[in-house]
Amino acid sequence: MIQTDLIIIGAGPVGLFTVFEAGLLKLRCHLIDILPQPGGQLNEIYPKKPIYDIPGLPSILAKDLTTNLLEQIQPFDPGFSLGERAETLEKTDEGEWQITTNEGTVVRGKVVVLAAGLGSFEPRKPPIPGLPRFEGKGVDYFVKDPEKYRDKDILIAGGGDSALDWTLDLVDIARSVTLVHRRTEFRGAPDSIEKMLKLAEAGRVNLRRNAQVTDVLGDDDGLKQVIISSEEFGEFGQDIDYFIPLFGLTPKLGPIENWGLETTKEGIRVSLPYYETNVPGIFAVGDSNTYEGKLKLILCGFHEATLMVQRAFQYIHPDKKLSFKYTTVMGEQGLLQKAQSL
Amino acid sequence: MIQINIVDREGVEHTLEAPTDMHMNIMELCKAYEFPVKGTCGGMAMCSTCHVYVLSDTPLPEMGAEEEEMLDQAFFVDARSRLGCQLMINEAMDGLQLQLAPESD
Ligand SMILES: Cc1cc2nc3c(=O)[nH]c(=O)nc-3n(C[C@H](O)[C@H](O)[C@H](O)COP(=O)(O)OP(=O)(O)OC[C@H]3O[C@@H](n4cnc5c(N)ncnc54)[C@H](O)[C@@H]3O)c2cc1C
Ligand code: FES
Repeated sequence: MIQTDLIIIGAGPVGLFTVFEAGLLKLRCHLIDILPQPGGQLNEIYPKKPIYDIPGLPSILAKDLTTNLLEQIQPFDPGFSLGERAETLEKTDEGEWQITTNEGTVVRGKVVVLAAGLGSFEPRKPPIPGLPRFEGKGVDYFVKDPEKYRDKDILIAGGGDSALDWTLDLVDIARSVTLVHRRTEFRGAPDSIEKMLKLAEAGRVNLRRNAQVTDVLGDDDGLKQVIISSEEFGEFGQDIDYFIPLFGLTPKLGPIENWGLETTKEGIRVSLPYYETNVPGIFAVGDSNTYEGKLKLILCGFHEATLMVQRAFQYIHPDKKLSFKYTTVMGEQGLLQKAQSL
Repeated sequence: MIQINIVDREGVEHTLEAPTDMHMNIMELCKAYEFPVKGTCGGMAMCSTCHVYVLSDTPLPEMGAEEEEMLDQAFFVDARSRLGCQLMINEAMDGLQLQLAPESD
């Protein structure tokens, strides 16, 4: 079990900056994110786009903003559970919040901060009837352990980097690899495309372009066959052990929807000035919240996080009074001392 | 002002007045009329939540590489598919007929 002060769900820019502001008040943080890397939308959707409206930074690439935020919070040494989805919320007998992830990690703290953005990034599932029936029984939306596919017949669908990379990685492990792509051209790193095409020419990858998987067939034991519809060959079946559709990720509110929080279609409703939800001790900041005048901007999320931690402090230290200090007054030494005393 | 027809996801047809002088695209038009179009990426051809089918033979701007690549990852795509956010509203679009593509999972 992990014990902390603030449990932050979401390691996007706002979740990350929350660690800094909490750190100034000597509060410890643990972040949970379904993505394997921090940065939220910045790193998952537009890492190489320049952002122009971060005060004091005329232009900064999204991924560089994440790198800078990580450097800024590094002295406060936050905990991270990456690649895990916050699944359930409970109140313990001692009055703390307890969050359990889909991987079984348990995190306890007095305050929960939802910096969950537009939701947890989940794989996009192609609209194939019957697909849900075989999830985990032959249909995988991401590759966790390549060894699982040793000496199996697998079929990967998609035309981007992850489809190409896994094709290249699994070709030496699986018995056969088929790559199905809807168009002729692939997007993705040119050298991966070239490598894949070479393998296809050599007959090691079974490449099907201008084709789509339209149906999945099997029985209670799992997936047995996929139906492929191809411009060139029409519709036909192919026996396989695993079907791995790789069509990128999309944010979904997910389990948080069932936590009893008041939400609208714009997000989780919070009260001002502390961005607290209808449940005391649970806050929502950044893209995940909504209130009158809300703008879904990074800079607004930073501001919300700064005010929110002032109130979070009272939940953690009800008998202490906060004194306000500029970071310039603390100086680097002061910041470090704070961080070390956490 | 021009007129654009949009068939929503329930099959109901709507005629919308669309301004041509506000540098607005079809995704933004849909949002302005409160259609259930998310526009998650803000119109950067990076999410496909603004996917529409073009039903009329109205002349439209050519598809750029970014639009083509995004449609490539979208679902329910066919020859009529476009991303609404890449269709900047202009005079030549008067009478354009569109249908919202189904929302994908
Ligand atoms: C293409 C594009 C361009 C943009 N340009 C700008 C711009 O120029 N300026 C600007 O200010 N803003 C811009 N934005 C908006 C900006 O990216 C968001 O405001 C910002 O990312 C919000 O940060 P956040 O930390 O609140 O949420 P996010 O960045 O969405 O991060 C939330 C994180 O929470 C995780 N999460 C959610 N639920 C769970 C759960 N249950 N378990 C585990 N993890 C979970 C998600 O996986 C995600 O990583 C842009 C957005 C896009 C898509
Ligand atoms: S709004 Fe995201 S692709 Fe058009």
